[in-house]
Amino acid sequence: MDIQSFIQQLLNGISLGSLYALIAIGYTMVYGILRLINFAHGDVFMLGTYFAFYLVMIFMLPWWLSATLAIALSAIVGMLIDRVAYRPLRSAPRISALITAVGVSFFLENAGIVVLGARPKGFPRPEFMSHTYNLGGAYITGVSIWVPVISVILLLVLFYVIYRTKIGMAMRAVATDMETTRLMGVDLDRVISYTFAIGSALAAAGGIMWACKYPQINPLMGIFPGWKAFTAAVVGGIGNILGATIGGLVIGIIEIMIVAFFPALSGYKDAFVFVILIIFLLVKPTGILGETLKEKV
Amino acid sequence: MLKLENLHVYYGGIHALKGITMDVPDGKIVTLIGANGAGKSTTLRAIAGLTRAQKGSIKLMNEDITGKPAHIVTQKGVAMAPEGRRIFPNLTVLENLMMGAYPRTDKEEIFSDLDWVFSLFPRLKERQRQKGGTLSGGEQQMLAVGRALMSRPKLLALDEPSLGLAPVLVNEVFDVLRQIHEEGCTILLIEQNAKAALKLADYGYVLETGRITMSGPGRELLENEKVKKAYLGE
Ligand SMILES: Nc1ncnc2c1ncn2[C@@H]1O[C@H](COP(=O)(O)OP(=O)(O)O)[C@@H](O)[C@H]1O
Ligand SMILES: [Mg+2]
Repeated sequence: MDIQSFIQQLLNGISLGSLYALIAIGYTMVYGILRLINFAHGDVFMLGTYFAFYLVMIFMLPWWLSATLAIALSAIVGMLIDRVAYRPLRSAPRISALITAVGVSFFLENAGIVVLGARPKGFPRPEFMSHTYNLGGAYITGVSIWVPVISVILLLVLFYVIYRTKIGMAMRAVATDMETTRLMGVDLDRVISYTFAIGSALAAAGGIMWACKYPQINPLMGIFPGWKAFTAAVVGGIGNILGATIGGLVIGIIEIMIVAFFPALSGYKDAFVFVILIIFLLVKPTGILGETLKEKV
Repeated sequence: MLKLENLHVYYGGIHALKGITMDVPDGKIVTLIGANGAGKSTTLRAIAGLTRAQKGSIKLMNEDITGKPAHIVTQKGVAMAPEGRRIFPNLTVLENLMMGAYPRTDKEEIFSDLDWVFSLFPRLKERQRQKGGTLSGGEQQMLAVGRALMSRPKLLALDEPSLGLAPVLVNEVFDVLRQIHEEGCTILLIEQNAKAALKLADYGYVLETGRITMSGPGRELLENEKVKKAYLGE
């Protein structure tokens, strides 16, 4: 393999990895606060693409407006999932919420099949995403350039919110000490609600860009990216936002490189990611950046 | 300011508070002393809304706050420096203090209160950009008290602020409490260091396995033979 195609593959890996990163952040933020794996998160990713699809195809809205509205709608869906499914179980044993999360996920997938149709739909991607650019001899598609760029912008906004705003400060506080955060006069349900909104918005943004990369959408499309992003969150250290970002990039690059360097193994690329998940869970469950897992009282 | 009426708390089968009745008058320092496991922390937690009281009532300025969630109780003017300090280790000292002011929106006054807290605890000012977890035990205690003050509470409740502190620091903390009190803050103080607490307090309650067994002005309790024997080691 020559250097040009290596760079091309690397860019592909970064582009795929930034999408995993965007989804992984939602898993990790919710886990950091509630110690809950929100299995429905991958399905919010899927819903985001359908919102964008219908806004473009039926409401004929301009592309940027459709994407923005789809992200906002997904944020609301995320908040609703928390409100309806998880909030009533806040003081129940953790396993109840976990089982509920699986249930919500199945519900969204099956409702998706009934309401949206099981047949894949062609996603109307904008020209700048499908355009092929010639960068010094390397041919690179718009998605490989714009997906990382947009992801970085979104991540910068996220880090600003987490580290420079009041609600972000409360999120960091809740993640270490829920009870004391309540003593500070913070309404926990509100903070948790915002956490779901942010995570879901990022997942939807990731979903829409995913659909630009692989322009076929279907109601089950969230399952595999969801699991891989969850793996990314574990690899990075679950609960840690920077870790989820790094984990996403690592998983994305590994996946693309396996296909590029070992084409014979490309059929196993999904399985490989789960091998990584299992290895980390067994050997280093705290991930790359995670601290020692503290059992919350 | 605060009135507890026949308060009962159970932890599963454990009857931790067996009918506590006490009164924290406006502008006074009241202390609750008692041995380990007597139920002091439970009393504070019930007031703060962290632990549910199964029976009895809690009134703050004649308003019933029994069973109200913790964040509402805080917003109504009760601030607590909890047992074990419980500062946010991953937040900076400044952010910890700002967490104390979380529900407030009066920006300018928040900053003047911040200056006030920094004048009470100059060390916190020097360390304001440091992570809370990097502070020494004494500094963390000051941060816990400072953070509670940042809500500009009507009632400041402290759970063993002197625990684990060197004697010099204990004096420093008690000096600050005196100063806060002089500025008009009502204080409910829980202490194992009964002598220091009774000296400072206007009124004291003695708690024994979930019941109040004695009460009286701080000076009187200091002279009381039983108290001397059980809590002052004399
Ligand atoms: N979370 C809890 N679960 C069960 N029992 C508890 C809990 N917290 C306190 N207790 C029990 O309640 C009693 C009072 O405890 P506490 O209020 O912490 O006492 P103090 O602060 O005076 O040392 C003790 O017997 C203690 O073991
Ligand atoms: Mg205690």
